[in-house]
Amino acid sequence: MSAKIVTMTSGKGGVGKTTAVANIAVALASTGARVCCIDGDIGLRNLDVVMGLENRIVYDIVDVIEGRCRLRQAMIRDKRLPELYLIPAAQTRDKSAVSPSDMVRLGEELRNEVDWVLIDSPAGIERGFRNAIAAADQVLVITNPEVSAVRDADRVIGLLEAEEKGNPFLIINRLNPSMVRNHDMLSAEDVLDLLAIRLIGIVPEDENVIVGTNRGAPIALEAKSMAGQAFRNIAQRLLGQDVPFLELDNRGGFWARLQRIAGRK
Amino acid sequence: MGSFFDRITGRKRSAKSAKERLQLVLIHDRTDMTQVEMEALRDDILAVISRHVDIDPEGVHIDVERDGREQRLVADIPLRSIARRRSG
Repeated sequence: MSAKIVTMTSGKGGVGKTTAVANIAVALASTGARVCCIDGDIGLRNLDVVMGLENRIVYDIVDVIEGRCRLRQAMIRDKRLPELYLIPAAQTRDKSAVSPSDMVRLGEELRNEVDWVLIDSPAGIERGFRNAIAAADQVLVITNPEVSAVRDADRVIGLLEAEEKGNPFLIINRLNPSMVRNHDMLSAEDVLDLLAIRLIGIVPEDENVIVGTNRGAPIALEAKSMAGQAFRNIAQRLLGQDVPFLELDNRGGFWARLQRIAGRK
Repeated sequence: MGSFFDRITGRKRSAKSAKERLQLVLIHDRTDMTQVEMEALRDDILAVISRHVDIDPEGVHIDVERDGREQRLVADIPLRSIARRRSG
């Protein structure tokens, strides 16, 4: 069996790429799949702390590419799940240490080792982005319901079309249902209408995401979290299952009913 | 917040502004054409057509419209009828 290579990108920084990679990886690995994440942000290593693996790094991606270690030696195993690995970014090098063809070669080698490779792209549209998408079979574009994030996502989608990495899937992250209800935040429908690509997930804003990051324990491990559920659903959709989108506007209490009666939906 | 307050003061909800502004900005990003260049294109189109036929400049609509991820230039240019030209 040969792995599928999925790259997470956004253009704009800070929209949740790294968190999404960590969570989708955990969710895929929980189904029994073999998963390897790659931190593509060379010089600004982050995926290791989000996953809670920062103390176990010996080798990094540049060590593999430059032949200082074998692939398996750079794959840090996550102890919570049987087959979840991370290849960390190099911290003391810059993006020019890796080329798109290096990434294609690394991807090909990983295809025989795992079922899924998830690549976390750096922000921006330069070398690091090109490296991150070079080996991808599928690109996920993540955005927030906010003007600058949507604009940058559109730019990235245009670049992916030009690179013939077409048909990316969209993740709308940090949607605040009560702001949407008050018409003070773009709705998922608005963002989808503007970007016009296939939607694969809507993740609600959730304070527990930060709590999880603080602990190095991705929220997708928490059965009760709404955001965790949204990430697990994205993993299921990547696996080809038809999962309905979460009902985020679930304030079924007195106030919600009153608002509905008052005609404010 | 205060959506009731917004309604009585007539202030537009911010989500609507965001969407309208993005619709315009994405058209320009995708076509790599600024508002000024768009105006120049519009003037050129009208100049060429006017060389052949009388047009009614009041009713002209030339705009870039979005259709999924594609943009199309849509021109609606009313022509003056001969009768009106003579009487006018």
